[in-house]
Amino acid sequence: MENTIVVTSGKGGVGKTTTVANLGAGLALEGKKVALIDTDIGLRNLDVVLGLENRIVFDLVDVVEGTCRLQQALIKDKRYPGLFLLPAAQTRDKMAVSPAQMRDVVAELEKEMDYVLIDCPAGIEQGFKNAVAGAKSALIVTVPEVSSVRDADRIIGLLNSTGIDDVALIINRIRPDLVKKGDMLAIDDTLDILGIDLIGVVPEDEHILRSSNLGEPALIDKKSMAGKAFKNISKRILGEDVEYLDLKVKGLFGRLFQGK
Amino acid sequence: MSRFRKKTTSDIAIERLKLVLIHDRMGTSPNSNIISMIKKDIIDVISSYVEIDVDNFEVEITKVPKPNNTYESKLVANIPIKKIKQGGRDSF
Repeated sequence: MENTIVVTSGKGGVGKTTTVANLGAGLALEGKKVALIDTDIGLRNLDVVLGLENRIVFDLVDVVEGTCRLQQALIKDKRYPGLFLLPAAQTRDKMAVSPAQMRDVVAELEKEMDYVLIDCPAGIEQGFKNAVAGAKSALIVTVPEVSSVRDADRIIGLLNSTGIDDVALIINRIRPDLVKKGDMLAIDDTLDILGIDLIGVVPEDEHILRSSNLGEPALIDKKSMAGKAFKNISKRILGEDVEYLDLKVKGLFGRLFQGK
Repeated sequence: MSRFRKKTTSDIAIERLKLVLIHDRMGTSPNSNIISMIKKDIIDVISSYVEIDVDNFEVEITKVPKPNNTYESKLVANIPIKKIKQGGRDSF
C-alpha cells in the first residue's frame, strides 16, 4: 500500500465512508498525520460519520475555486491528533471539481501528511474519476454479495486502466453464521473471483450503527469487532503482519484454509 | 465439491458470478466484432458442461484454398478445457 489511497467500491452503501473514517482514526492513533478527503460532492457524509459536521467552514470546492487556502478548509480533529478532514461541498455536484484539480490538492496534502485517504463516491462517473485522480493505490471495499462483487470487479478493471494496480480488498459486513450455512460467500470464494490480495475482513456489527449515530469511529469502541478489524487493517497498511480475527466459525475461509 | 453435499445458494452465486464476470470483462475491451460475439456465445453454452481456460480460448475464421481456385472459410475454435463438470446444466 502506498501512502495516497483511494477507498472505492463501485457499489454504494458497502462501507467506504465508514472504512475511511475508521482507517483515518486508526492511522492517526498510530502516530501518523492523515488527511481524509471527501470527494462525494453534493452528498457529503464523511463529515457526519466522523462527527465533524459542525466544524465545516470551507470545503474541497472552495479550495479548487480559490475561495480559500487548503489550510483553511482542513478540519483538525481534536480527538485524534494528526487526523484532518477536507470535507466535500454539499450544494454543488461532481462537475465542480476536475481530476486535474484533485491531483493538485492531493499533491499539496502529500507535502505535509504521512497518509492521504480519499473517500470515493459510488459509481464510475466524474466522482470516481476525481477520487482516483491523485491516488497511488486503492482499497476496494466489497460485501459478500453478487452485485457488490460484480461492481468491485469492474472497479478493479477501471483502476488498472488508470494505472493503479496496487490494490487490496476489504470484505465488509461478513456474517460468519450465514457463511457457515452456505448462504453467504466465504472469504476464499470472494478472493478467488476477484483475484486481488486481501487486506481485511470486517464482520457485520451493530456497533457501527451506534458509532455513526454518535459521530465516533467504531475503532475506539473496545466492544466492537468491526472496530478491531479496522484497527488491524490500519496496522497492515503500516506494514505490520496482523493475524486475522477469529470470527468463531470454522469454514469462514471456505474450503481452503489459509492461516493468514 | 463433494457429490454428497447439496448445492448451497452461495455455490449458485459463485457460478453465476464467474459467468457474468467473463462477459463483463470481455465487454470492457473495445472489441465487439463478430469473433468476440461468437466467443461469448460459445462460452455461455459450453460453460455448463466444461470449465474453459478463457485466456487461451481462440476463435478465428480461416480461409483454406481449394483445388479449383476457390477458398473455403472455416470457423476454427481452440477451446482448452480446465475441468469437465459432472452432469451438466441441471445437476452438480
